[in-house]
Amino acid sequence: MTGLSWRSVLRSPGARQFAVLIVGTALLACLPYVLPVERHAVAVRTLTFAIIAVGWNIMSGYGGMFSFGHAAFFGIGAYADAYLLVSHGISPWIGMLVGGGVAAGFGVATAYLLLRYRLAGAYFALATFAFAQMLLLLVSNLDILNKTLGFNIPILRDSSWAMMQFEQNSNNYIWIPLGLLALALAVNILLVHSRTGQYIMAIRDDETAAESLGVPVMRYRLVAVAISSAITAAAGAFYTQYYLYVDPNTAFGATVSVQAIVPAVIGGIGTIWGPVVGAAVVGPLSEVTATILRDPPPALSFLEGKSGLDVATYGILLIIIVLFLSRGIYGSLAERFRR
Amino acid sequence: MSLLDVRDLSKHFAGLRALHNVSLTVEAGEFLGIIGPNGAGKTTLFSTISGQLRPTSGRVLFDGKDITGARADRIARAGLVRTFQLTRPFESMTVLDNVAIAAHAYHRRRSAARDAAAEVIAQLGLDPWRDRPAVALPTAGLKRLELARALMLRPRLLLLDEVLAGLVPTERAPLIDLLRTLRDQGITVVFIEHIMAAVMALSDRVLVLHHGEVLAQGTPAEVTANQRVVEAYLGEEFLIADS
Repeated sequence: MTGLSWRSVLRSPGARQFAVLIVGTALLACLPYVLPVERHAVAVRTLTFAIIAVGWNIMSGYGGMFSFGHAAFFGIGAYADAYLLVSHGISPWIGMLVGGGVAAGFGVATAYLLLRYRLAGAYFALATFAFAQMLLLLVSNLDILNKTLGFNIPILRDSSWAMMQFEQNSNNYIWIPLGLLALALAVNILLVHSRTGQYIMAIRDDETAAESLGVPVMRYRLVAVAISSAITAAAGAFYTQYYLYVDPNTAFGATVSVQAIVPAVIGGIGTIWGPVVGAAVVGPLSEVTATILRDPPPALSFLEGKSGLDVATYGILLIIIVLFLSRGIYGSLAERFRR
Repeated sequence: MSLLDVRDLSKHFAGLRALHNVSLTVEAGEFLGIIGPNGAGKTTLFSTISGQLRPTSGRVLFDGKDITGARADRIARAGLVRTFQLTRPFESMTVLDNVAIAAHAYHRRRSAARDAAAEVIAQLGLDPWRDRPAVALPTAGLKRLELARALMLRPRLLLLDEVLAGLVPTERAPLIDLLRTLRDQGITVVFIEHIMAAVMALSDRVLVLHHGEVLAQGTPAEVTANQRVVEAYLGEEFLIADS
């Protein structure tokens, strides 16, 4: 390659985003060394939020199909992993792939139905919620999946990469979700700069115009759903391996669907870094507020020993962002800098 | 064989007959102007031909192939492309990326699509806006963007829905010149227009729609001399202004 084209490659937005991704991942990989061990769990939770939010953002942010049912995909991932491992001794890595595939299939089938019958906006969101609830009920009543008891992952004597199980507080529990997040972001970046991604965004902006310019609308909407579901399912599979336990509510509960949406909304819908920034804010929130409450500064002494500050902060934060940063923290800042 | 052959096309909306037994043919290389009062069914005719709406009855043949009720994206890729009267830019995208969406029909690679789009953008005089958000365009620019995206699909038949509406006369003239060049490129055009000067200047034939039916068709001179057309649409002022 000549020097000139190298420069043009570096100047392309995709290359810049990849550079940010590589540097950011490398920095975060040092996290286990700077973070005290008792904070590792927060880091893991934050990274998991980020993966789910990146997944949600592809379908709902870039694709414009607002999902309130991403728990379905997360749960499928979590249960595919648990079922295959506990009942058949299959490696979690394979369980993760299977879970991603099943979630993508489920997402495509349900989204096809909803789009086929022209559900949009709030009705589409409600229907995705209903599908997630259906899975919750179904799993809670299936003998083969231990009904409401769920699965305990058998604990091994030795660490094993093949079985994705390590000693408690192992750095690998941070590096694995970090790797998954980096992978999800890489897919996201490639997508945005591909024909497929451009089609997906064109359909979001104006379905009729896209169709009249030769874009097969249904096909590309379903591609967005498939990618989004698979990423979210991968987070679910990891979740099971980290907590070594899964039950219907932790996997398919509505809380999970909310956790998929909130980081993306706070960080910036339809942007690459928004969901990550949002997760970095929301993930540690309860931890930070708990720390403040344990030993409050004088001005906040009246809060000592009270609980629920994290939920209150959460609510206030959401209101502030909706009011002042309607495109989320990253989305609004990025827009300001572009001017 | 005609390039476009519309036979007894009807579109009824819950009892409203937006189109009723409309038949028309368009020959390759022809410019057909469609005029008629508001609510005559002109835009519905375009939407029904190009697949946005499913006809209640009747057939549409494009280049001899039956495309009645086919998907809009397939019709567009077959070479029958429409524009919208109310412009529909992809709001989150730049002008270049808007046109590149259409270019992707022929180019899988992003860079190839953008290069092809840049060429058409230059042809249509949109260069100064190329890398700006499409929403920043003034009305005249949005109309050109609609045209640029449609041309990017390499249409054989172009359905233009009021590309001149909303433009001041100084903006119209260059666009009319541009439309004339389409003929040299071998593109057949059917256009809806209210500005009679443009209709007279561009059309080989004119078709008048009224209450969803074909009221008259013929050369511009024949149609404007038609007493029923004058009563239904053109009005007495047109004759006075013309004389």
